[in-house]
Amino acid sequence: MTDALEVAVARKIGEFELDVAFTVESGMSVLFGPSGAGKSLTLALIAGLLRPDSGTIMINGRVVTDCSRHINVSTQQRRIGMVFQDGLLLPHRSVLDNVALAVRQANGRRARRAVARSWLERVGAGEFADRRPSSLSGGQRQRVALARGLAGDPALVLLDEPLSALDSPVRRELRTLIRDVIISSGVPAVLVTHDAEEAEELGDVVIAYDNGRVTGRSMVERPACREPRTRAAESTESE
Amino acid sequence: MTALVPHSWLNRLGIPPWVWNPLSISLRAAVEATIIVAVFGIALAYLLAKGRFWGRDAIETVCSLPMALPPTVVGLYLLTRMGGPGPIRNAEVRLFGHPLTFTFTGIVIAQIVESFPYCLRFSRTAISVVDPRFEQAARAMGLSRWRIALLVTLPLARRGIVAGIAMAFGRALGDFGATMIVGGAVPMATTMPIALYNAVFYGSHGQAMVLAIVQLVVAFAILLGVSRLGKLQPW
Repeated sequence: MTDALEVAVARKIGEFELDVAFTVESGMSVLFGPSGAGKSLTLALIAGLLRPDSGTIMINGRVVTDCSRHINVSTQQRRIGMVFQDGLLLPHRSVLDNVALAVRQANGRRARRAVARSWLERVGAGEFADRRPSSLSGGQRQRVALARGLAGDPALVLLDEPLSALDSPVRRELRTLIRDVIISSGVPAVLVTHDAEEAEELGDVVIAYDNGRVTGRSMVERPACREPRTRAAESTESE
Repeated sequence: MTALVPHSWLNRLGIPPWVWNPLSISLRAAVEATIIVAVFGIALAYLLAKGRFWGRDAIETVCSLPMALPPTVVGLYLLTRMGGPGPIRNAEVRLFGHPLTFTFTGIVIAQIVESFPYCLRFSRTAISVVDPRFEQAARAMGLSRWRIALLVTLPLARRGIVAGIAMAFGRALGDFGATMIVGGAVPMATTMPIALYNAVFYGSHGQAMVLAIVQLVVAFAILLGVSRLGKLQPW
């Protein structure tokens, strides 16, 4: 079976040197490590926002970066969805437009907006469709950003610390949502975090980072039904 | 030019032809110049802000020269290039049937040259300070470069761009030196500033005062509009 993502890249920025290699299968993989370890840089290289100095990146078996063969597929052609730390929703567009702009698989404005609306409903943000991002709370914005990341039928979703700017109760709520939506969509995802609890709760696989290197890889054991741990814990507590 | 508005309307509004004629020429020339300046100025500003190519600074400097030069110097260059023998004059004759000096089109060209740097520099600065992460997010959404420019970058830079267009319009409307030298004072090219100069020159101080007040009102309206745009919440 083809890995969803194969990464073997090196990139030097000033004194910092990133040199990592790992593979990602289906489900949610987490890049976990302290700030400045090179996690977000890795996401930028996977997304094609930056070029590595050397190495290769393959998404679903397709080479998108190969420095030795001068292959560098543009970000637009990589079919990825991205969720950024602060959402980065376009402030001059409605919530619905923000998501509809990311829809690649439908032709025509009406069809794209229908797909966008369905994704907004799935993340519980349907009621905000006609509002501007500036009128939303941080948690609401991240729900919309999640919908935008998935609405374009991506081959891979990259989530760059999507919860780090949120308060604890909202974070807990969104952890469950992110895991539910990603798992149900069937799209492989890579999430970056420096929060150990978050890494364990969200990831099927946790790839540990430190100082630009992969220092470990562990599988997270889950109940057979693959329910998020928070839900399982909540139901246990209620019993 | 007065045919644009029936004489009866002007009479009813109490606007004499010696105000309306130069005002309508000024407004029409400034609007035409500003439209052309906006189209090319914003496109060039985008290229200068986002492009990485040799000669970028030189292009911006050359285009900005009219800001630093006295308008009469700009006017003299235009007069000698447009009116003197050479390829530019030949092209004018081929395209229009006559040289463009001392014509309405000539003063539009003079105003384009004078106002272009304002639109260019305001727009370039506004585009440069757009947070590049929005453009990265748009790339990740699969938007092409054109769509990113039209749907993301330019809308986010719109306040600065609109201010640049307004400043360019004000500059075109108020230009005297370059317009005077390229257009002379022939009736079809007599703008408000030139009409005011003529009124003073021929001792019609009352007319000059009225023309000055009209220009003051127009300039005030433009600056007020720019100020309001600066205070508007962008979204």
